[in-house]
Amino acid sequence: MNKILLIIRREYISRVRKKSFLIITIIGPVLMAAMIILPAYINDWTEATEKKVAVMDETGWFFEKFKDQDNVEFYHVFGDFREEKDSAITNGELFLYIPKTELNIPVNSELYSTMQPGLNITAYIKSVMKNEVENKKLLASGIDPEIIRSSKVNVNLSTIRVEDGGIEKKSNTEVEVGLAAFAGILIYFFIFMFGVQVLKGVMEEKSNRIVEVIISSVKPFQLMLGKIIGVAFVGLTQFLLWILLTLIIVGTFQSGIFTGENELQIIGQNNELLGNAKESGISPMVIINEIIGGIDIKVMMFSFIFYFLGGYLLYSSMFAAIGGAIDHDTDSQQFMFPVSIPLVFAIALTGVIIEQPDSSLAIWMSMIPFTSPITMMMRIPFGVPLWQIWTSVGLLIAGFLLTTYMASKIYKTGILMYGQKVSYSVIWKWLTNKY
Amino acid sequence: MDNKYTLQALNVSKNYVNHKALDDVSIEVPNQSIFGLLGPNGAGKTTLIRIINLISVMDQGKVMLNGNPINTKDIANIGYLPEERGLYKKMKVGEQAVYLAQLKGMSRRDAIKQLNYWFEKFEISSWWNKKVEELSKGMAQKVQFIVTVLHKPDLLIFDEPFSGFDPINVNILKEEIINLRDNGATIIFSTHNMASVEELCDNIALINNSKTVLNGEINEVKEKFKDNIFEIAYKSESKISLTPGNYNLEETKRERNIHYANVKINNGKVPNDLISEIITQAEIVSFNEILPSINDIFIQQVSSNQS
Repeated sequence: MNKILLIIRREYISRVRKKSFLIITIIGPVLMAAMIILPAYINDWTEATEKKVAVMDETGWFFEKFKDQDNVEFYHVFGDFREEKDSAITNGELFLYIPKTELNIPVNSELYSTMQPGLNITAYIKSVMKNEVENKKLLASGIDPEIIRSSKVNVNLSTIRVEDGGIEKKSNTEVEVGLAAFAGILIYFFIFMFGVQVLKGVMEEKSNRIVEVIISSVKPFQLMLGKIIGVAFVGLTQFLLWILLTLIIVGTFQSGIFTGENELQIIGQNNELLGNAKESGISPMVIINEIIGGIDIKVMMFSFIFYFLGGYLLYSSMFAAIGGAIDHDTDSQQFMFPVSIPLVFAIALTGVIIEQPDSSLAIWMSMIPFTSPITMMMRIPFGVPLWQIWTSVGLLIAGFLLTTYMASKIYKTGILMYGQKVSYSVIWKWLTNKY
Repeated sequence: MDNKYTLQALNVSKNYVNHKALDDVSIEVPNQSIFGLLGPNGAGKTTLIRIINLISVMDQGKVMLNGNPINTKDIANIGYLPEERGLYKKMKVGEQAVYLAQLKGMSRRDAIKQLNYWFEKFEISSWWNKKVEELSKGMAQKVQFIVTVLHKPDLLIFDEPFSGFDPINVNILKEEIINLRDNGATIIFSTHNMASVEELCDNIALINNSKTVLNGEINEVKEKFKDNIFEIAYKSESKISLTPGNYNLEETKRERNIHYANVKINNGKVPNDLISEIITQAEIVSFNEILPSINDIFIQQVSSNQS
């Protein structure tokens, strides 16, 4: 078997067998699935318990205005404040007290309960009271509230992106923003997580003193490349397992636990359009299909894999050089920091890039190999001209070939140097001299 | 082409940024011999060994293996045990040994077969499924030694092979090194353990301050550095007297009528002259030449070089 394949295999197997790999592989999808499922689930949960609200309205303004909601029942009491309050509380009910005010219109109320009343109840009470007071005020100034109501219009704005060749697609900015930020952060996370694994692996070999044993059989470059590629496969395995497991978990929940109606709710959670759709009478399913259709999942997947690999190769070769150069864990910060500045910079500018994905800053950052994996992934959901993608791809490939070449020169000298104080000038000597 | 030398490193020079690591160093290692590469710390031994293993690049000179310039294909034919050696701590012993053997170009099957042979020989078969971190340093060294010789290379290079071993294991290792030579391998080793050099080496080279100071067959080297001192024992009632100037006599011990003494011969006299002078006065019991130990030569050479 080819020697570099042997190295790749060892790096891959030894990492995939680790407990930490298994744990991260399971935790990742559980968290991702939870992000999708839990909001819907929690909603169902909190609303499942019936609540009663005793209303003591001294003003008389709001009598019969509170209508029973899904899980909330309103009833009116007229007795003594203290007695009624105590009886409601001991029954585990809520007690709403609207005191009479002599001079002003009533805008103050008090809600008593033994537990946190829940956002939907307080929001409902507020809106009922606000509405009623507004109506009363309008009537007092001689305006019929019905006129105001009928003059309100719901405007639906669908944004449609016209692509090259005149194909029109319904786009949805919220979904794209979410996807862009998620993709960028995921790339950042993956590059760091697996880049650091390469760094640690190289340092382990150096501090274990096994490195000279190995490079007496293979070239240092083969060892470095084998490690980088082996870890890359670990990353891809993890990524694909995450996608697969997330789909399985979400799928199981959808088909097993939730009914058809809830299924729409789950997807609708992240999507404000749904509310509008309901009002305007369009089937929510149609809207969802159109949104998902607006984003090319295949393009997202492929570009994610490419930019992860490209960015990872670029950075992990530099991390390998650092691991080869230094003797102790504590020295790694000094060199890791400047190397990772571009990545941190790209993440820090997430908001700016997403707001204006076609600005010249965004375009430049998506071309420069050190930031392009993150920035380009953030731009892709908004649509990027093909020539820009290809230029960025080409530059990234050239970029990692260059860093790998330079890193291998530092690496092969560094791994045999023990107990030397490594500084930038020393590394420069390794880079420029033949050892 | 038949070649007397398995390995020749000729006029090798190597410069680092701030110092000269090797300056015109040459060594010649005859076939099927044990070659001791000696020198104080920092003399350039490891640099030379790394150049032979193609780990470092030399600036000048050439390295020949069996008469041909060494190239990457020859690496499979060299077994190298570096001074800085270790194993993956989290990997199992057997699995790791198979991996390292495969990197040397052995097939998996071959590797396992050979490993079983050596593990049984060293009585360490029970370690196969242990992780390296469970082994002591000496135990790990044994595994490393096995991995180095496993693929039956023609040339073996051991850098400080005995460090980290207890005396019992040092002896096992010495036996194995001699066995390997007798089975056809050529062995280079560097060490600070001079006793083992006397015991094992056929040839030595001494490198000091980046230069070869001494080079040759171990007995020739000793011959070259001998001081013409002889240890004699004779039977006599009283001390003998020798011509002053020609001989310096120094009695070391007396047991009843047996006298022991060291005699240094000067003025171009030969041992036979000394013997003829003694036999007129006493009966010779023993007559031995005192050759300097490698240790003495080493210290003398290194310190004279520095002054």
